[in-house]
Amino acid sequence: MSDPAPRIARLGLSGLLVSFADRLSDPANRAALALRAAVEAEAWPGVVETAPSLASLFVRVDPEVTDPAEIEDRLRTLATARDWTAAPLPAGRRLWRVPCAFGGTAGPQLAEAADLAGVSAEAAIAQLTAAPVRVLTLGFSPGQPYMGTLPETWDIPRQTELTREVPVGALVVAVRQLIIFTAPSPTGWRHIGQTGFRGFQPQSPTPILLRAGDEVQLIPVDPGALDGLDPPGGTSEALP
Amino acid sequence: MSGALIVEAAGPAVTVQDFGRPGHLADGLSPGGAMDVVALHEGAALLGVAPGGAVIEMGGMGGRFRLTAPARVALTGAPMRATADGAGLRWNAVHALTEGAVLEVGGCLAGQYGYLSLGGGIATPEVMGSRSVHTRAGIGAPLRTGDQLELGPDPAMARVGLCLPDGDRFEGGVLRVLPSAQTRLYPPETGARFETTAFARAARGSRLGVALSGAGVGFALPDALSLLSEVTVAGDVQITGDGTPFLLLADCQTTGGYPRIACILPMDLPRAAQAAPGAALRFLFVDAGEALKLHRRWLRDLAALPERCAPLHRDPADMADLLSAQLISGVTDGAELS
Repeated sequence: MSDPAPRIARLGLSGLLVSFADRLSDPANRAALALRAAVEAEAWPGVVETAPSLASLFVRVDPEVTDPAEIEDRLRTLATARDWTAAPLPAGRRLWRVPCAFGGTAGPQLAEAADLAGVSAEAAIAQLTAAPVRVLTLGFSPGQPYMGTLPETWDIPRQTELTREVPVGALVVAVRQLIIFTAPSPTGWRHIGQTGFRGFQPQSPTPILLRAGDEVQLIPVDPGALDGLDPPGGTSEALP
Repeated sequence: MSGALIVEAAGPAVTVQDFGRPGHLADGLSPGGAMDVVALHEGAALLGVAPGGAVIEMGGMGGRFRLTAPARVALTGAPMRATADGAGLRWNAVHALTEGAVLEVGGCLAGQYGYLSLGGGIATPEVMGSRSVHTRAGIGAPLRTGDQLELGPDPAMARVGLCLPDGDRFEGGVLRVLPSAQTRLYPPETGARFETTAFARAARGSRLGVALSGAGVGFALPDALSLLSEVTVAGDVQITGDGTPFLLLADCQTTGGYPRIACILPMDLPRAAQAAPGAALRFLFVDAGEALKLHRRWLRDLAALPERCAPLHRDPADMADLLSAQLISGVTDGAELS
């Protein structure tokens, strides 16, 4: 890694940001997830929220309770106490199995994306479903997962033109990551498949299904199989 | 029976808001909530209720609302012309309205967001612990003609005829800032130029944020496009591709890959949100320790608002209001004098 020591920056009055890398890096994401679990376990007074991104951890402090400078000191000590990129992923993660129809009208840009990755459409499906992908972070829309990190060959660029709208549940790919959209949305990523997954259901007792660190195993199915799916379009089990 | 408020007409940006849903950044959900939290504190102080209940936020213009039962209303935030059954209502004050009263609220006279608070609060169902509409996140929608909002029970029905001093946050001004995620990447002279530039609020803006325009060259970073997405918060001053600042506000995205040159202190977010297109805005970096002191003083000032409420002196020029107070009939009713 080019930047082994994490960088800590203040972000406004109440935010602290610990960055493990300046570019997409799987070890940096693992470090952010592991440090998040450690900060949560410390339960420092005044820390009200933690949120991992692709390669960084955000910590929010209630400045009425604690001077954020105190938390910054504690965070620096904890963040440099060990090599977080080598730390195990936190407990409590889950494995989701999500049926997905690839190609055709369900994923009109599969062939194009596979071409950019230098493989056939069949090989693309095989690569993307061979093993689970990790939820690196949730963002853009509530509950929307950025998943990866895919092999180097999937470091394909975003399109220059936006696709006007992909449906909820759409599987898209770019820059070594997959997204399952939680709401209809315009996107610059390529639409390669369709799931019945509903990652955000505001009226449900558990509105947000996924958590950063969860694993998602995509299961290739025929488009017709999506019609009979029970909500939320996937099943989960605890990871050991 | 607490009654309901029926929407007979509404502007395009009239929504139910409270203090939002903090704590869901990891879920990809920004806190949202009222654009001007001071106005919510003022409304609660006037009504004599705890701050945090749901109110109606009116962006740019209000609407026409009918009450199915007597209710107290407080009008705060950006001043707007308001009447009840045609009688003028003083802004920044609490009023008692009768069953069937029709409250009309016009366009902003200054600022961007006016607020209508009701004694019992608005009792729409909570989603994830809040009643705030967050359109971008798919939670709720702006009010439309025919909507009926249930009201909660009013704990202090007799407390009326009070007002608060007019605010000074509706015409732009100085926004105090601290460093944000990428401030360190800017050379000191750019930071200094950022403070001396006279910006103006541009036309483009919404609950997500507002664009600024400013004279001179921009504030773009050479390698900005390669930044990895990180958490963004309301108050972040994001520099978009063309080098102009975009202020992130309540309903902003939770992550972003544009550089952020500064982050506005919470106490100045209402001023940022209330700046109307064309309003002049400047930025001032403050020391972190000073910012903390200012913030804590601001919270104390908000908590002390109930003590600042003063009796409302009626303006004799406002004849319709006098009539609604029944002063004329009181003078002319000879039977009562005997």
